[in-house]
This record gives sequence, C-alpha cells and structure tokens, in this order.
Amino acid sequence: MTTAVPALSVEGLSVDFRTRSGIVRALDNVSFAVDKGETIALVGESGSGKSVTAYAVMGILDPAGKITAGRAMLGGLDLLAAKPNQLADVRGREIAMIFQNPRTALNPIRPVGRQIADVLIRHGNVPRRDAPDQAIDMLRAVGITDPARRAKAYPFEMSGGMCQRVMIAIALAAKPSLLIADEPTTGLDVTTQAVIMDLVNDLAKEMGMATIFITHDLALAGQRSARIVVMHAGHVVENAPTEELFKHPRHPYTAELIAATPDAAASLDELASIPGALPDLRRTDLPPCRYSERCPRKIDACVQPLPRSTSASGHMVACWNPLPERIANAPTESAA
Amino acid sequence: MTILLDVADVSKLFPVGGGPGPLARFKRRYSGGPEKLPKVYAVDDVSFTINKGETVGLVGESGCGKSTLVRALTRLVDVSDGSIKLGSRELSLKPSRVFARDRDRARIQMVFQDAGESVNPRFTAFDAIADPLRRLRKMHGKALTERVEIVASQCGLPLPFLSRYPHQLSGGQRARVGIARAIAVEPELLVLDEPTAALDVSVQVVILQLLQRLKKEFGMSYLFVSHDLSVVRLLCDRVLVMYLGKIVESGPAAEVFEHPLHPYTQALVAAVPRLHENGGGRLRLTGEPRSPIDPDPNVCRFYGRCPLSAAMCKTTMPKLRSFGPRQVACHFAEEFLLVPKA
Repeated sequence: MTTAVPALSVEGLSVDFRTRSGIVRALDNVSFAVDKGETIALVGESGSGKSVTAYAVMGILDPAGKITAGRAMLGGLDLLAAKPNQLADVRGREIAMIFQNPRTALNPIRPVGRQIADVLIRHGNVPRRDAPDQAIDMLRAVGITDPARRAKAYPFEMSGGMCQRVMIAIALAAKPSLLIADEPTTGLDVTTQAVIMDLVNDLAKEMGMATIFITHDLALAGQRSARIVVMHAGHVVENAPTEELFKHPRHPYTAELIAATPDAAASLDELASIPGALPDLRRTDLPPCRYSERCPRKIDACVQPLPRSTSASGHMVACWNPLPERIANAPTESAA
Repeated sequence: MTILLDVADVSKLFPVGGGPGPLARFKRRYSGGPEKLPKVYAVDDVSFTINKGETVGLVGESGCGKSTLVRALTRLVDVSDGSIKLGSRELSLKPSRVFARDRDRARIQMVFQDAGESVNPRFTAFDAIADPLRRLRKMHGKALTERVEIVASQCGLPLPFLSRYPHQLSGGQRARVGIARAIAVEPELLVLDEPTAALDVSVQVVILQLLQRLKKEFGMSYLFVSHDLSVVRLLCDRVLVMYLGKIVESGPAAEVFEHPLHPYTQALVAAVPRLHENGGGRLRLTGEPRSPIDPDPNVCRFYGRCPLSAAMCKTTMPKLRSFGPRQVACHFAEEFLLVPKA
C-alpha cells in the first residue's frame, strides 16, 4: 500500500435529516479514506447510511439532510465546505458517480450519445464538434456493439445492462480520479453483473482511478475490492483489508453478516440470521454503539463512547468487546 | 414418487404490434389478422414435472420467460399450447378468468416477488391473509379469524401486526404476509417468484428457513423462481435452467451447480460471487441475447453468445437429451460430461 495522499478522505462525517417526526441521525462520525487507484467497498444493510455517505460527498443530499460535522478532502478541497460552483467543476471531472437504477438516472428524452457528449463538452475539454464522435468511442470502450447506431438510441430502447454501460460511459467520460458506484449492478442478472463489474475494474485499473463501491452483497464486495468498510446504522463499525475481514472479522456485526451470507459451502441450517433490527435513528436516547441492543457480545463498557482501535495492518474496529484477533472463522454463537 | 405437476409442451406466444391505437389497427388489418403478426416466444415448448414434496428451482436471466412460465402454471394467463396437469386434473383447458373461481384454484398458490407491491395497500395484513380464505373457502366470522391467526403464527407474524397496513410493516414482515396469504388455503404447490429478492441478507435467511420449515410441516411442493443461484442451491432439490423460452438444462441442484453441462449454466455458475474466493470464474458471456421474436427454429437460442458456437449450432436446434437424472440441450454435452469435476 502506498502512503501517498489518499484520493478521498472522509473525516468525522455526520448527517442529520430533519423530518416531521423528528431528527434522523443518519450518519454519525463516519471516517474512511480511499487511496489513489484503490477500490474499496462500503457494505451494509439497507438503512445503514451507505448511499447517504455517497450523496453527502457528492453534494447531492436531499434538502432535508444537513451535514452537521466532518470533512471530505479531495486533494486540497473540502467537498463539504465547497461553494456550489466549485463543486460543479469538480463533479464529473474529478469525481463521478454511477447510480443504482440507470433507467431513472439517465435522461429519458435525450439520445444516449448526446448525454455522453454533454459531459465531454462540459468537463472533458472536448470541442463541441468532436464530442459526438468521442461519445461513440466511449460507447465502444464500454463494450456496446454497433456504437454509432446505439448513440442515437434513447434509454428506453436499451436493456438494463446496456443502460448501465451508458451510465458508466457518462461517469468515465471526463476521466475522473474518483468513481463512486452506488449498487451499480443491483437489478441486473448475475451474468451481466459479472461483465459490468469486470468492465468497471478494468477501466479503473487502466485509468488509475480510485473507486468506492457501494453494495449490500458481501460476496460481491469481497471479490471486487481491496478493502471493505462495514457500516451499520450510520456508523462505520469495521474497516479492514478484504481477506483479513473475511478470515478474522472482529466486529460482532461483521461476523454475523458473513454468517448470514449464502455461500457455496454452507447449508441452510448453518446460516445464521441476525437477531433484532436497526434501531430507530430518530431516538434521542440512542446508545453510543448503535449495535449494542442486538449484540450478543454486549458488555458494561458498551455505554461509553465508541472506541476506534486500529491494528498495524490497518484493521479498524469500533467495538469495546471485539472478537479476538486471530481465531479461525466466524463465531457460531448467536443471541437467544 | 408421485408426480404432482406435469407440464407438457407448454408454449406461450405474445403477438407484437397489437395493442391500441390507429397504427396498430392498420398493421393488424393489412398484415392479415392477428395470427400473422410476429410473435414473442416467451415460453417455447417447455416440459417438466414436479413431484410431491419436492422443491424445484427455476433460474435464468431476466427476459428468459421464467415469470411467463410461472404465470401460465398458476393459471394467471392462458397458455398458447400444451397441457398443465395438477394431479389428475387438466388445468389448461379453462380460461384463466373462469379458473379464478375454480375449486382447484386453492391447490396452486403463488408468493409474489415484492410483498410491498403485491399486497393491496388498503388491506390490513389480516384482510390480505383472509381474502383467499373468503373467496376460495367461503369462510367468515369466527372460523375465518381463527384460521388467519393460525396461519399468521405459523409464518412467524405476531398477531398484533395483523391490524397493520403494508406500509407499517418491515420488509421481512411483509414477506411473511405474502407467504401466509399463499399458504392459508393449504395449497399442494406453492410457486415462489423471487420471494427474497427485496430483502437484506440477514432477513433473507430467516425467510428461507421459514419456507423450509413450512414445507416440512405441510408437505407442500415448491417451485422456486430466482436468479440468485446461491439461494436456489440452498433450498432446492432439483433445478431447471431456462434461456430464451427454453429449458436448456435440468437435474439435481448440487450436480448442476458443481458440474454444469450447458455452456449457459457454466457462465451462470461462474458469474456468482462467492465469499472466500477472489476473482471468480473467468467465463464471461459477450453480446446480447438473440431476439425472442419469431426466432429461427433451427438455430440454437444461445448461438452467438455461446463460447462454443459451432457450425452445427446454426443449423440444428439441440434437443433436450437425458444423461441419467439430468437433461441438457446442447450438442456438445458429452464433451463436458467427460471432463472430470473441478
């Protein structure tokens, strides 16, 4: 691993949503960093704050969301404090995003080639005249057959997999240094998923791009990223190199998540469910550890503010009573 | 073993270019009637059986005809051709609208993909579960309440939740309502269309375990539709693999996944991400599937995307051939059969 300046470093990010029924503390003190050219994965169940993190960094939070603390440093620029016009320059050029549902994210009344050309003109320093041809080249690069004809097609004329390729082409058009992929393959078939993920990986490698890959699929994350950041109820609970995380998960939640993921080896009886549900983030009496109420390893110390111990190998765990450092496999115990 | 469901040569074609509007009317008139319109071969000549107490998985990518096949089996749509037999009863003869009030309607029930969208938002959980009982069993009053409460507790739905509306329930609880509604009338065959696709892994496990327990308790047969192979492998005894309207491979689940014979199944298995294994198989499909509209009956449906794509695949449609307990529709199945297990 390089010790160079990370491509993006998020420090102490907290986000509140003001709703009619109270303030939802969606993110609390979220920190992680992604190095240049590295791929990391943000993993967690729905409602854990993965997408909110990405939206906050991109500056596209819902108006109800307020960033209450934290920094997101992209080079020398704090994205969270940047002015709208500074952000508009950075977005698309330095940092790009692939959204979950390509059909709703693409403009339905504009041919896809034009949508790619728009980005090239705005962010890629491409003269207006050359943009359509370069858009066709981009379509070819993401593996669309007959790109000249497809460039004139509208999103509704294309399959889900092809729309996702167009989204990738748009995101990568200006050769950003950081790509955020928010569940890029949810809703696609496994065969298409594999092809799309290969494509993102290959292009990222080619361009030396850092990638933040958001997913709820632990197996997919493990296959595609060097490091995994596990989120639960707006907290980062564990952050470790992929292999180490799977072999020696230290946070009880991570261990249970691994135990719940269907895999080639396990039978249905061996899979363990995670008892309880996410806590209501509107509560004012949220415990410091938001997992403690469903945690099988809860101890008295859990009422103190969360610790953040990081081992020499860069394995961060936010837990007072983590699993020991080197035991084989996940624990078999589960809460009564 | 007794055969519960016998599906023979079922096809479902949809004419293209129909629908409303002056242009469509014009096309229909001058193309020589609706029979002459081009057709989507959504399900093309599919045959299989499901035994009593068996769980059969149906996998394939979106657009391959899984849902159409399932809707035809559950008699929500009419088949174009072929027969569907449940026990000794032939189901395909009655139009679906008539069958909706048939006595045997209760014997085959379905759990839909997203319970959040398939449960009437203006029904409470109680009403949702009671609806089929009222319509098919003519139950009412105290007997109905009792039955709903029994089914709800069998599905692990706490009784106070019965008065809630779908939007007041979590994803897992909604899935339980969907399952309770389907098993309330004690079906012999339960068709599950991706029942866990909308759920988190932690909840998915609970629902899968619930399904397995219910099956043991009531001796139902399941047809489990999914594109998540790791889930199918956990739950199913046998698996059917569909590609563009045709079954391309079938056999015992463990064997099919460990040693797939059809190139499409091989690509499918290779594409599944696994824990504790980096990179995965390198077999990738290129290109888009062939058009399902009036496909050439002499070309293998997988031709063009298949890594083999030999000359004979373009001239002869491979038939589904048996190899012991397995069936494969590929000219080159023997070659894969000889390859030792990896």
